[in-house]
Order: sequence, then structure tokens, then C-alpha cells
Amino acid sequence: MNLCQRIWNSSLGKKYVMALTGAALFAFVVGHLVGNLQVFGPPELINTYAHFLKSKPALLWSARLGLLVMVTLHIASAVTLSAMNKAARPEPYAGKAAYGSTAQSRYMLVSGLVILAFVLYHLAHFTVMLPGINGVGDFSKLTTTLEGHAVPDAYAMMVLGFQVWWVVLFYLVAQGLLFAHLGHGLASMFQSLGFRDHTWWPRIQCFATLASIAIFVGYAAIPLGIFTRVVGVDYAEQKKFELRDATLMPEKAPAAKEAK
Amino acid sequence: MKVFLKVWRQKNRNTPGTFKTYTSPELNENMSFLEMLDVVNEDLANNGEEPIAFDHDCREGICGTCSLVIDGKPHGPHRGVATCQTYMRSFKNGDEIVVEPFRAKAFPLIKDLVCDRKSFDRIQQVGGFITVRTGAAPDANSIPVPKENADLAMDAAQCIGCGACVAACKNASAMLFVAAKVSHLGLMPQGQPERYKRVKAMVTQMDEEGFGACTVTGSCEAVCPKEISLDFIARMNRDYAVALLKGDAKAATSGGAG
Repeated sequence: MNLCQRIWNSSLGKKYVMALTGAALFAFVVGHLVGNLQVFGPPELINTYAHFLKSKPALLWSARLGLLVMVTLHIASAVTLSAMNKAARPEPYAGKAAYGSTAQSRYMLVSGLVILAFVLYHLAHFTVMLPGINGVGDFSKLTTTLEGHAVPDAYAMMVLGFQVWWVVLFYLVAQGLLFAHLGHGLASMFQSLGFRDHTWWPRIQCFATLASIAIFVGYAAIPLGIFTRVVGVDYAEQKKFELRDATLMPEKAPAAKEAK
Repeated sequence: MKVFLKVWRQKNRNTPGTFKTYTSPELNENMSFLEMLDVVNEDLANNGEEPIAFDHDCREGICGTCSLVIDGKPHGPHRGVATCQTYMRSFKNGDEIVVEPFRAKAFPLIKDLVCDRKSFDRIQQVGGFITVRTGAAPDANSIPVPKENADLAMDAAQCIGCGACVAACKNASAMLFVAAKVSHLGLMPQGQPERYKRVKAMVTQMDEEGFGACTVTGSCEAVCPKEISLDFIARMNRDYAVALLKGDAKAATSGGAG
């Protein structure tokens, strides 16, 4: 406990927390991307993967809990450090941004908060499946059969969900900000933890740039591929009818009752 | 040449300050920025106005006393020089130059362009030293020091403690200063006995003084008159992590206390 307190109560300690949780979140971002790039394969591929995750509730929930802890610590350290940083200069300068700094580095908190808003939307969109926010219909009605079981149709959710232009736009904006956030964050992570010298810094920066570009391209390809009708267009058309029928059915039922 | 100066004037800490614009008398372009202010002040004094207060001492770039944020950059437009070695030939005839004090909570303003940088002294006092034997000078080279460590330590030791890093940083962070001091001693064999105690004490004092934290924007490195590298901040972060993990030293008992 003493060590935890000492870490949390020092500015450098909080930067370690920020860096380590950032690294964990980056690992998740990579894993999540690899998982979701399976949308470029046949529908069964990603549906099997989604079903595999859902069929291991202990694993799934410990991963979710772990992520929640990481996100909370990452944001808590960011917000407290940022408050401390603002307090350190009560009177601002007359103008001009901090000399020699990049916009990416100056707007980490802003990009981070927009990404947080996006993550909340993304959870509501595909995990909680709130029907009102996806611009399509009730995703929880989309099912498919895998090895004789009815399972949620993740592939259909994606190919239908990303036909909505404003959803795609929001996803792209968030990915753009994640690109900026990672471009600075991935390199600074090493700096905060002290892994840097004149030999390694150029390599670290190169890694940060390449990794953030790869993450952006990968994540942007999914909504763009679907929106431009490269992926899953036939499947989406077919599922659109099923979804419409499924949505219409319950509406019909009470209407029938009233008639009686 | 003549320039227009937009200077921060503030009577004291408790009176709010404002910018005031002055037209300089005819200047020689080979004057330093501080000499230009001397000339402007002479003019102000002759007209019965209060001269502009600003810090200066050696005027040869080694004491770290001069400060000033000139057009948004501490120590003026060039890299690797202090305000005293910024010359008027770097500006054009008729330029408007905005001159502000270093602004940070830990550098409270005294008057006009002068701020109190004693917080740096307090950070130095808690750990920026080595325990050294007094007495006869030791033999030269009696303690071997790898050349590359000596070079790095010298790079860090160049810090003149002017506070430009704090002034430039968007978070008013003193990390570059503290890192330079920590690294300069931590790289030498003579600095090893207190290496981890030092970094812990200096970082704790830095936090207590109310400086911000590092967000690796690189502003400090870009304005440092001695071009001290951000690499040293990483070194300090590394040493501090080790210090945290090590914990405090065991309390002296029988043998040690004896």
C-alpha cells in the first residue's frame, strides 16, 4: 500500500501509471483490431470468434473488468495530472502555443476524452446494442446458426451498422483522434518509464508512428470497406429483410390484440 | 534601428499587471537584448517614468540570471542562447516585440519582468550535491570515469538553472532542470552513494513547489539555452522508479547507529 500511495502521490509516479495503463490499452487495441479484421473473411469467421468470446464468460468478464480498471486509472491519472499542470501556470502568456511542441502533444486530454466518448458509444452500439443509436434497428434480433445453435450475428451487425454514414463518420473521427493520441502516447510511454536514450529515441518514435498508422488504417478499413460496399453487401441486403420482419412482428402482435 | 516594445508592467505581486507599449530610442543592431532594455530604461528614467525591472547578471550566457519570454519564446528567437546573447540584429527595424516574464506558480512575480526562482534553489538544496571529503585534493584520475559518462554528465552539468524550461512548458514543469541536476551527479562515481536518495528528494521537492508534470511536448529542450536533452528526463524517470521500488533505507540499528 505504501508503494501504491507513493506512486500515486508523485507526479512521476502518476506518469508511470499513465504509461503502464496506456501500454495495456494499446495491447487491447491491437488485439481488438486483429479480432475485428476477420470481418473481411466469410461471415462464419467473425461469428465463430464472437461466439468463442461469449462462450467464456469468466474470461470475458475478467478481461472487461481489467480493461475497466486500466481505463479508470488512465483517465484518473490524466485528469489529476492535467489539473496539476493547469494550476502550475495561473497566469497565461499573451499568445502563441508552447514553442517547439506538437499539436498532438498539447491536445492529449481532448483527444483522449473524445475517444472515451467514442468508446461509450461503441459499447452502446455493438455490445449493449441499444436500438435507438445505430440508425438501423434492433441488432439483438440479428441471429445466425453456428453448429446448430442460434448465436448473435456479429457479422450482420457490422455490415448493416456501417452502412449508416453518420456512424461511419463518427468512427473515422474517433480513429483519427486515436491516431493522434497514439502517435504521441506510444513514444511518451517509453519516456515516462525511463526507457529512452539517444540511440533508442529515434527507434521509439519510428515505432510510435508506424504503429499508430497501422492501427488507424486497420480500424478505418472496417467501416470504410463496408460503407463503400466492398464487404458484405449481399449479406447485408439479405439481413435487412430479416431485421425488418423481426422489427415489424412485435408491432403487429399488440395491434392484433387491440383489434380483438 | 527602432523597435516597439510591448512589455509586461506590474508594480508588485499584489497589483494586477498589464502590457504597455514603448518606442525604443535609436538602437545599434549589435546591442544585446538586455543592452536595448538598458537604453529604453535610460530613456524612461529621463522622462520621469519608472524603468522596466528585469533580471541580469553576467551577460555572457553562463549565470542563468536573465530570463524574459520574447515573442512567446523564453530567451528570444534563437536556439541555444540566453537572452543576454540575443542581439538586436535578430529583429527588424520597426518590429513589435512582446516581452513577458517567466510565468509559473512556482516562479512568483516580483516586479515587471522579474520573478522569484528560489524554488530551484530549494530543489538543489534537498539533493543536488555529493558528500565529498574535504582536505587535500585527491590524485587526478584516482577514480576512473568512463569517457562517455563524463561527456553525458558534462552535458547535464551545463544547466545554468535559468528556468526557461519551466517558462516554455505548457505545464510549467521543472522536469528538465531537475533531470539535468539528477543526471549530472548520478552519472559520476562520486554521485553514486546518494543517487536514489537524491532523485527521490529532488522530485518530491519539485512536486511540493507546485511545478506541473511532463507531457513530453519537447518545449523545454527547444528553448534551453544549453540545449539539454529530454533523454535526461527519461534517466530521471528511471532512477526515480528504482528509488520508489527500493523504498526507504533501513533505520540504523546497533552496528550502523554505533
